[in-house]
Amino acid sequence: MASSILQVSHLTKTFGAVTSVNDVSFALAEGEILGLLGVNGAGKTTAINMLLGLITPTSGSIEIFGRDLQKHRVETLRKMNFCSTYTQLPGNLRVSQNLKVFGMLYQVPQLSKRIDELLAMLEISHLRDRVSGHLSAGESTRLNLCKALLNRPKLLLLDEPTASLDPDIADKVRKVVRRIREEEGTSIVYTSHNMRDVEEICERIIFMHQGKLLFVGTSAEILAKSQEKTLEDVFIRIARSGDLEPLTTPAS
Amino acid sequence: MTPTTVSALVLRYLYLFTRTPIRLVELIFWPLVDLMVWGYLTRFLQKHTGDTFPYEITFLIGAVIFWDILFRAQQGVAMFFLEDVWSRNLLNVFAAPVSHADYLISTYITGLLRATVTTSILGLLALLLYSFNIFQLEWSLLLYIANLLMFGWALGMVSTSLIVRWGPAAESLAWAVPFFIQPFAAVFYPVSALPKPLQWVSQCLPCSHVFEGMRESLKTGEISWDHLGLAAGLNVVCLGLAGWLFVRVMRTAREKGLLTKFASQ
Repeated sequence: MASSILQVSHLTKTFGAVTSVNDVSFALAEGEILGLLGVNGAGKTTAINMLLGLITPTSGSIEIFGRDLQKHRVETLRKMNFCSTYTQLPGNLRVSQNLKVFGMLYQVPQLSKRIDELLAMLEISHLRDRVSGHLSAGESTRLNLCKALLNRPKLLLLDEPTASLDPDIADKVRKVVRRIREEEGTSIVYTSHNMRDVEEICERIIFMHQGKLLFVGTSAEILAKSQEKTLEDVFIRIARSGDLEPLTTPAS
Repeated sequence: MTPTTVSALVLRYLYLFTRTPIRLVELIFWPLVDLMVWGYLTRFLQKHTGDTFPYEITFLIGAVIFWDILFRAQQGVAMFFLEDVWSRNLLNVFAAPVSHADYLISTYITGLLRATVTTSILGLLALLLYSFNIFQLEWSLLLYIANLLMFGWALGMVSTSLIVRWGPAAESLAWAVPFFIQPFAAVFYPVSALPKPLQWVSQCLPCSHVFEGMRESLKTGEISWDHLGLAAGLNVVCLGLAGWLFVRVMRTAREKGLLTKFASQ
C-alpha cells in the first residue's frame, strides 16, 4: 500500500459553542485523489483551512509528509499548494507578474520555464500579459490552478475548483487534475458540489455532515451502502436526513 | 528569514505601484499638501513678525518632513496587509510558505521605500520653495530617519494587529493610529509646551526625542546624542512589544479563524 502523505487524527474545531469539525480522522495515500463532500456548512472549508495552517485545530493532529503541521508549517507549505474558487490573485497585476511573485514565494527553480509550461497546459498562454482582474471566471480559475501547480506540490488542496465554470472549462480542469496526478504522483484533496467531478476523478470519498465524518470509501461502496443510484442522490439524502443508511419503510 | 520570499513580497508591492500610478498620489500629493500649508504658514509668520520671529518656527517645515517619514513607514506596514485584503489575496499569502519574520521584514522594506520616495521629494521641494535645507543635518539626518522608521514600523505592526483582531470595521486604524500619538509626539512644538502629565507620555515616545533632537541639531549644528540614544532605546522596546503583539494576534487569528473570515468578507 502507498505511504500516507496526510494523516488527520481526531481533528476538532470549535468556534465558541459551534463545533465546525468534530473528531474527524482520515488519511491520504501518495498519488491518491480524495473527494471531500458535504452540504454547505458541513465543515469542509474549515477542514481545508486547517490543512493549510490558516486555522489552528482545537484538538487532534494533522501530519503532512510525516511531520506535525503546526510545528513545521512553513517547510510543509513549501511542498503543498491550494486553489480555491473563493480566493483571487491580485487583480491589478498581470498574469505573468502574479505567477512570478508566487513562484518566488514557493522558490520554484527555472521559474520562467515553469510558468510557460503551466500556461500552455491550462491553455492560457495568450493571457500572459493580461491584467488578472480582467479575466473571465474560467480564465481566473485556470490562473489560480497555475499558481497552485507552480511548485509541483506533493499535496494539492482544491476547494471547489470547477464552481461557476461552464462544462467545457470544467472538463479541461478535471483533465489537468488527472494529468498532474498521473505525471507527478500528486496527492489531492478535492472538494466539490459537482458530483460528476467527484465520480470522474476521486478514488475515495469522504462525506461530512454537521462537522462529522459520515462515510469514507469509494463511490461504489457508498452507493452500495446507501442503496442509491447516483452520488447526487446520496448527497441529497444526506442533506435532508443527515444520514447515509437507506430509509426504512414504516411498518404498516 | 528567506531572502527570496522577502523579495517576492516586496516585488508584489512594487508591481502594485507600477501597475496603478494613481497610488503615487497618496505617496506624493498629501505630503506635498502638508509641506505647502506649513511652508507658507512659516513664510507668513516670518514676514509679519520681523525680528521677533522665533527661529524655532522654521523647524515646522522639518517637522512636516520628519512626521511624513514616520507616517509613511507606518503606512508601509499597515497597507501591506490591507492590499491583500482588498484584492482577496490574503489566503494565498498566508497559506504560502511565508514566516512571520519574512512577512514583517517585507513590510519594513516597503515602509522604507515609501519613506525614501516621500522624504527625497519633500526635502528637495522644501529647499527650492522655502530655502529650508533638511540635508544640513548631514549624517545625523540618517540617524534621525532610522529612528523614525523604526517607530513607524512599530506603529504599523500595532495597526495591523488591531485590524486583524477587530476585522474590516477597523480598517481606518491603518491611517488613524499615528494621529493618536501626534499630540504627544512633540512634532510641531517642544515637549515643554505640553502639560506636565502629558510630558511624561511624550517622553515615552521615541519620536518625541527625534523631533526634539532635530530642533536642537538645526539650532546648534551638532548631533543631539542624548535624544538619539533615548529614541533608539525606546525604539528597541517598542519594536519588541509591537512584534510580540503581532505574533500573538496572528496566533489568536488562527485560533479564531479570523484570517479566513477576513478573506471571505
